[in-house]
Amino acid sequence: MKTLLASLAVSAVAIFGAHADPSSQRVLSIGGAVTEIVYALGEDGRLIGRDSTSTYPAAARELPDVGYMRALAPEGVLSIEPDLILAHEGSGPTEAIDVLKSASVDYVEVPGGFSAAGIDEAIRVVAEALGVDAKGDAMRADIAAQMDALAESVGTIAEKKRVLFILSMQDGRVLASGTGTAADGILALAGAQNAILDFQGYKQLTDEAIITANPDAILMMDRGGGHAADSATVLGHPALAATQAAKDGALIRMDGSYLLGFGPRTADAALDLAKALYGNDLR
Amino acid sequence: MTFADVLSTVQAGRRSDGDRSALARTSIAVLAALLVLSFFFSLASGASDASAWQVFLEAAGLHTGTLQLSDRIIVFDIRLPRAVLGVLIGASLAVSGAVMQGLFRNPLADPGIVGVTAGASLGAVSFIVLGATALAPVSALLGLYAIPTGAFLGGLAITLLLYRVATRRGQTSVATMLLAGIALAALAMAVTGVLIFHADDQQLRDLTFWGLGSLAGATWTRNLMAAPLILPALAGTMLIARQLNTLALGEGAARHLGTDPQRIKMISIVCVAAATGASVAVSGGIGFVGIVVPHLLRLVIGPDHRYLLPASALLGAILLLFADAIARQIVAPAELPIGIVTALAGAPFFLWILLRKRGILDL
Repeated sequence: MKTLLASLAVSAVAIFGAHADPSSQRVLSIGGAVTEIVYALGEDGRLIGRDSTSTYPAAARELPDVGYMRALAPEGVLSIEPDLILAHEGSGPTEAIDVLKSASVDYVEVPGGFSAAGIDEAIRVVAEALGVDAKGDAMRADIAAQMDALAESVGTIAEKKRVLFILSMQDGRVLASGTGTAADGILALAGAQNAILDFQGYKQLTDEAIITANPDAILMMDRGGGHAADSATVLGHPALAATQAAKDGALIRMDGSYLLGFGPRTADAALDLAKALYGNDLR
Repeated sequence: MTFADVLSTVQAGRRSDGDRSALARTSIAVLAALLVLSFFFSLASGASDASAWQVFLEAAGLHTGTLQLSDRIIVFDIRLPRAVLGVLIGASLAVSGAVMQGLFRNPLADPGIVGVTAGASLGAVSFIVLGATALAPVSALLGLYAIPTGAFLGGLAITLLLYRVATRRGQTSVATMLLAGIALAALAMAVTGVLIFHADDQQLRDLTFWGLGSLAGATWTRNLMAAPLILPALAGTMLIARQLNTLALGEGAARHLGTDPQRIKMISIVCVAAATGASVAVSGGIGFVGIVVPHLLRLVIGPDHRYLLPASALLGAILLLFADAIARQIVAPAELPIGIVTALAGAPFFLWILLRKRGILDL
């Protein structure tokens, strides 16, 4: 009983007094973007685990998987004995995080955000927690230069294309992106305009709204394995077929985690998207 | 056997032919021993190799070496509250199922039949989806406990409403309750659907996981929230066990035997609403325990509620402890929602029993 009380007391102290030790050698990374950043910093030798959303680079899949980032199990996490947890914001549940902090594991929350500034801040936080600020600064400068170049080239586009991002098309139902999503963020970076501004998040779109929106291009994730609808099905959809995008055959497919990951590869992804949209018009 | 014979045996609380009370008492003793074993098995097993035995030795001052802080945390703050919660929830779901099947004289009745589950889902989903907007002030006040509180109040509200709907001139019709329960559950599901439509991706993942049930959020605080509701409710059902037996003969016969059917209905519904509401609130939706456990026990010890209810509590607790041990370890270091384990193991087993002993499951 004494020990129980003592451990409860320790819990209370640890929750308020956690600060990362930059020399940590057993790092658990929670969140796809966080894992990508750790690999990009060349610090992957210190990783001992990942969550189920961390699937890039392929080597990350070899690490033990502690489950979905928002449904972590405290004992499972402790069983791989991390001394530092880098977790994307929104990881949870809160009870699990509290128990982990009370077990004196350093816990660092990495901020999100679907913008260049969000990526920059995430890299800064990860690099600082790992004690590799110099490498982090170099990477941030590199990405900032890429982002600047991208902004400059898409800045010359006279007329922004209006793009409809389709998350999935099951049984002819179009689940499209509104505002406030990663898809909305990458479209902005690539100098395009989201065709749907009427709602937040991903929602099913009625056929009439698709025709009214009349996008210039359609963007989808390329999941492979026959999971995604093929081009003929997408462009043959009764409502989509009536849009400018279908007339021009403008259907762009990109890898989901590359396109929507908002990590170190995002500047490249946005540039690829801009090239696919504007082709030779892009300087 | 004539009707009068049945009456006299029920009144005497035993059956002249096929008296299974001795078997029932033995079964209860065996189950109690098994529960103690499962409890320690649950404490000793997990994704990490922390040794519960070493930690207990240290707590008793008998351990000479030094243990890691994380080992103590794993045993005292993760496994122990989780095992205690597993016992509470398992007992609560199984007993609620047994009481509902007795009250409704329907083998398909489960705790969800009085609308608790649908109402609780609505309450929980409201807080998951609207917690940051419309319900923000309440959410800020309740903090971590907003979702469990929402679930409990939602379950209670639907049950009370259902009770009102089914009660006319002081008499509650169980048939009306059964049908109105389906309608109210559908209504609650529809409102939940509206909320799901407005949810963002993260909230969708959250509410899917909530619906699958888990003991992963088990903390001492959660135990303290659930126990004051579950324990009195379970005690309450044990008190009316004998009257539930007489109710099996029909309401008229029960009244002649000195049972007030209306009182038994009210007590049953209040107890089940409190026990199930609290269970669903702290652990989400865990299916199948409420159906499988009472039926299994009826096959062995018979339908006498005086034995069936305590035996259900014990077996429900054992089953949930084992299901949770599987959920915690089968995909370690990640874990499976426990509702998946109970349904995956429970449903085929139940079917097998059903096919083997066709007909015996009729109440």
